[in-house]
Amino acid sequence: MTQLAARRARPGPARVPALAVLQYHLVGYRRTWRGGALSSFLLPTLTVLGFGVGVGAYIDQGVDGVSYLEWIVGGLLASTALQVAIAESTWPVYSSLQWTKIYFAQHAAPLRVADIVAGQLAFVLLRVLTSAAVFLLVTGVLGALRSPWAVLALPVAALLGLAVAAPTFAYAATASSDSWLALLFRFAVIPMTLFAGVFFPVESLPVGLRWLAYATPLWHAVDLSRAATLGTAPVWSVTGHLLYLAAWAAGGWLLAHRALRRRLVV
Amino acid sequence: MTTAQPLIQARGLVKRFSGFTAVNAIDVAVRAGEAFGFLGPNGAGKSSTMRMIGCVSPPSGGELRILGMDPVRDGPAIRARLGVCPQLDTLDPELTVRENLITYARYFGIPRRVARLRAAELLDFVQLSERADSKVEPLSGGMKRRLTIARALVNEPEIVLLDEPTTGLDPQARHLVWERLFQLKQQGVTLVLTTHYMDEAEQLCDRLVVMDGGRIVAEGSPRVLIEQHSTREVVELRFAGESQEPFVSKLEQLGERVEVLPDRILLYVPDGDAAVVEVTALGLHPLNVLVRRSGLEDVFLHLTGRTLID
Repeated sequence: MTQLAARRARPGPARVPALAVLQYHLVGYRRTWRGGALSSFLLPTLTVLGFGVGVGAYIDQGVDGVSYLEWIVGGLLASTALQVAIAESTWPVYSSLQWTKIYFAQHAAPLRVADIVAGQLAFVLLRVLTSAAVFLLVTGVLGALRSPWAVLALPVAALLGLAVAAPTFAYAATASSDSWLALLFRFAVIPMTLFAGVFFPVESLPVGLRWLAYATPLWHAVDLSRAATLGTAPVWSVTGHLLYLAAWAAGGWLLAHRALRRRLVV
Repeated sequence: MTTAQPLIQARGLVKRFSGFTAVNAIDVAVRAGEAFGFLGPNGAGKSSTMRMIGCVSPPSGGELRILGMDPVRDGPAIRARLGVCPQLDTLDPELTVRENLITYARYFGIPRRVARLRAAELLDFVQLSERADSKVEPLSGGMKRRLTIARALVNEPEIVLLDEPTTGLDPQARHLVWERLFQLKQQGVTLVLTTHYMDEAEQLCDRLVVMDGGRIVAEGSPRVLIEQHSTREVVELRFAGESQEPFVSKLEQLGERVEVLPDRILLYVPDGDAAVVEVTALGLHPLNVLVRRSGLEDVFLHLTGRTLID
């Protein structure tokens, strides 16, 4: 009886439509998570060993009074979050518009453009959070974390994830060919990773470049994340960092919404 | 529920893209339970019209009401009651057949348990139960199409929009799709479809409009359209030689109308067999003669042929 009643009920838009979109992405992820999970354990282990232990061996005096490994781990966590966030919002978004055209199917259902963006970004956020959690676990086990405040690096990673995934979504939704996506890695991800304070303090850069580093969302997350893993105060104010990252996320959201709207509503 | 009010009502509906007008002031009314077709060549404005009805493309002018609602303001509420089978497949090739249906059902707020039941039923309906747990990617074009149709039915829609439902399918696959669509029609589902296949329109549509260059050039049931715009029968004649042209002037006196195609001449007459006798009496000896009944193809040739000359 109840079954019949439920089946007769007129379908409307889902109560929280973005959640249905997130579920869709999770169903897909269920097929591929194993390979991803392995690399999300392997990657932090290798980078900690390579940069922390390997490179660290040449840096006798450490940085700011802590060992190089301990100094670098917060930044590496943030840069991992950055990589995952951008990887998950470039090709997946591009493909959903150009190849599988899944977004068009979603938009033909009672989903709004905002639901589609929100569902995709929620999935990216989950990926960022789980990768960051694994990273924290591995580095914790390896003894590279100096403070229990390190757990706060997780929300920082999440915020950074949104701050970069949202504008990247907009970029991928606008891209006319997938070679634009590779450019993003070459000209944004790699330079950011190298110069936004992950491997050496931004203060070692010449003043002009230093301000470029400050402008990147990554540096703000690195400073917060490092403060968390070291249990010290960040170089800038916490509120300033959070507001800056939130501004990227909010601006990115608006751009992503507009870009997808332009593709779906014509 | 009033049956008198059309489910889809368009008056002076216009769609303009930068620089050109894809749909140029069309009037359409689709009633509950009918199978309604948009027939026309590529670029006639069929898909643009369908996208406006599907509430994913705001009209540039005129009036459009779907299920009594405004597609721009009430898009999600209308789309909740539509089933859409787009021209190109938009399935997730990495998911299984069943997962494609269940994830899609969730967009309509259908509970997971109900979605599973619906998926099983629909896969049975489109004869894909055996492939339920295989990935979509290796499926044939016809299977993907049937899955897309199943997906369009997952919310038990009041109107199903089918944009070129059998384009690109082999004859056997097409017939299977037609069978299912015919069954839906029998169940009282309102079907709206676009096609450039005349036989598809004749098979499925109770009523259709012929579109050309963004305008509706004729409207009616397939039979009425044929009666109005063509003769009862057609004689197809093929003559030896490079060109069919020299024979036209002689044939013109025999029928109501003559159309010249690159490889044959169509002679429109009330009685085909009688006309063939007359052709022979004129001393003409075509290589091939075929007498058939007029179809929508002839209506279309007649209508668009005229616009081309204009």
